[in-house]
Amino acid sequence: MLKINNLHASIEDKSILKGINLEVKAGEVHAIMGPNGSGKSTLASVIAGKEEYEVTDGNIIFEGEDIEELAAEERAHKGVFLSFQYPVEIPGVSVTNFMKTAINETRKAKGLEDMPAKDMLKMIREKSELLEIDRKFLSRSLNEGFSGGEKKRNEIFQMAMLEPKLAILDETDSGLDIDALRIVANGVNKLKSKDNAVVVITHYQRLLDYIVPDYVHVLYNGRIVKSGGKELAHELEEKGYDWIKEEVNA
Amino acid sequence: MDLKEKLVSSFLALENKVDIDSYVHDVRTDAIKIFEDQGFPSKKEEAWKYTSLNSILKEDYSVFPKQENALEFKDIKKYFIHDIDTYKIVFIDGKYASHLSQTTHDGIDVCLMSAALSKPKYQLVIKNYFNKAAEKDSLTSLNTAFSCEGAYIHIPKNKIVEKPIQILHFSTGNESATMLQPRNLVVVGENAHVQIIERHQSLTENPVLTNSVTEIFASKRAIVDFYKIQNDNENATLIDHTFVKQSRESFASVHTFSFGGKLIRNNLNFYQEGERIDSTLKGITIIGNKQHVDHNTLVHHIEPNCESHQDYKGIFDGKSTGVFNGKVLVNKEAQKTNAFQANNNILISDKASINTKPQLEIFADDVKCSHGCTIGQLDESAMFYMQARGIPEKEAKALLMFAFSNNVLSSVKIPELKQRITKIIASKLGVNIGFDL
Repeated sequence: MLKINNLHASIEDKSILKGINLEVKAGEVHAIMGPNGSGKSTLASVIAGKEEYEVTDGNIIFEGEDIEELAAEERAHKGVFLSFQYPVEIPGVSVTNFMKTAINETRKAKGLEDMPAKDMLKMIREKSELLEIDRKFLSRSLNEGFSGGEKKRNEIFQMAMLEPKLAILDETDSGLDIDALRIVANGVNKLKSKDNAVVVITHYQRLLDYIVPDYVHVLYNGRIVKSGGKELAHELEEKGYDWIKEEVNA
Repeated sequence: MDLKEKLVSSFLALENKVDIDSYVHDVRTDAIKIFEDQGFPSKKEEAWKYTSLNSILKEDYSVFPKQENALEFKDIKKYFIHDIDTYKIVFIDGKYASHLSQTTHDGIDVCLMSAALSKPKYQLVIKNYFNKAAEKDSLTSLNTAFSCEGAYIHIPKNKIVEKPIQILHFSTGNESATMLQPRNLVVVGENAHVQIIERHQSLTENPVLTNSVTEIFASKRAIVDFYKIQNDNENATLIDHTFVKQSRESFASVHTFSFGGKLIRNNLNFYQEGERIDSTLKGITIIGNKQHVDHNTLVHHIEPNCESHQDYKGIFDGKSTGVFNGKVLVNKEAQKTNAFQANNNILISDKASINTKPQLEIFADDVKCSHGCTIGQLDESAMFYMQARGIPEKEAKALLMFAFSNNVLSSVKIPELKQRITKIIASKLGVNIGFDL
């Protein structure tokens, strides 16, 4: 589904990603871990198409197509979803209206008519129940005055509505208490299927107790320096990142 | 002959058409003297520092335009709020168009200024209110001197007017250049409520200069909502002067939606002559190309325990220019005043500009006065967030601009008007928004 080859990316001439190789197949869950400043969020933003980053070498192949030249919305239309570490507040636009716009723009891009209002409402009802979201919440302005947990739950709600092929969860666990973490993880697990894939970016192992990865990669200084199974996450939790840094620097 | 000379000499022609032995004509005569003394304002004056009328005054305007052959409603329907029942006072090239209007004298007066100025039964109201709120600056005086026609609205005590009143001024381009000087008087009695929508619309490429004056009086506990739709074509200039005098416990609001025109200058003054008054001044400006919009507001807090709320949003594209000059004056006696002012702007293009200047003159010592102005660009992180959810750049921009102006839109009390304004904004931004904000 996703194949990243020798990806180099920089922002304002500062090199952040220095040769990433990663392959994610349908049905898989990958975790990307690493110390602060290793390039995790940059990798997520570059895959989603944030323009501030310049890809200086390598490529990103999604479903057999090089997506580097595509705008963020075109990538979204093809099924790439990024759950933001810091979801942006948009006063004046309700969650429901935002989702209607996002879904219908995606349908338009695929040559489909707008989703009938009845179907939209039904879908909103189902998906909000999945994330245990109060209906009143949906008429509030997007992310405005939401708590950290509400923002993250709302991100996964949007993911449920958009049904992406590839979901990248950037630090979705940060700012969540244990109950919210469980609800979010439960939502992600219910959305998982053999046809889609999830990339979980996290600093800590705790989310991975709930969303169990098939592969764990350690990102350090712009490169993936170690890959393994889910046991690698436990090892990192116990020993921290220093031994990885030492291994790399040796 | 320049425009000033032409106007001064035209005043003599006006005197052949009106009753010169009247109270109003004495007012007119004083006013033309003021205009003759002061002439048109120039950029040397502080209040006109950022707005030049020079290029506009060069046109050879017809001061008394010929009457146009009747327009048909179907041709101009789109300029009306037509999906609800309203009173309508419609003018074409400055003349009353009865076939397009729906006036009334049934319990309230929604009719013509020309009638009010000439018929004896209106004389008392005219004497008490005409030119009693208007400032004596040169352009207002120019209008006063030529005031013959416009809307006359008198709502007696305790009357709640259910239907909004629309005032529409069309110009057809019958003349190569037209100058219009409508004069409106709105007197709202104790406990009475009224909603008014005003629009100036040119139907021609020929230049139009409108110098409009509206006086509004809100008596004790009256509620007055006034909406100005300024979405004219790029050959039309509007200089609007609106003066609102409020008595105690009244509520008055003026919303100004400036979406089009060559040059728009809004002078909006509120005078609070009693306690516990609420004054609301809000505006959305969305312009591009070489358009220019200048909002010049004054709120004069004269008595204690009053509030004022000013909220102006501006979005400027192309080489457009904006001005916001908001003055809040708090008298020494006006303790416990709560005056709020905000002016937020987004510059979409590098060549657009805005001059924003809050002016607070506070002589009382126990007041809450706040003001803030911001000038920014569209929020890049919000753009990426929306695009990453599949919303294309143009639509994402439009959503952000709607969100930005939502505070002002949301206080429009007539749903059909709000919907219309939403549509005008969407079409200006070139998008279809699938829902109402």
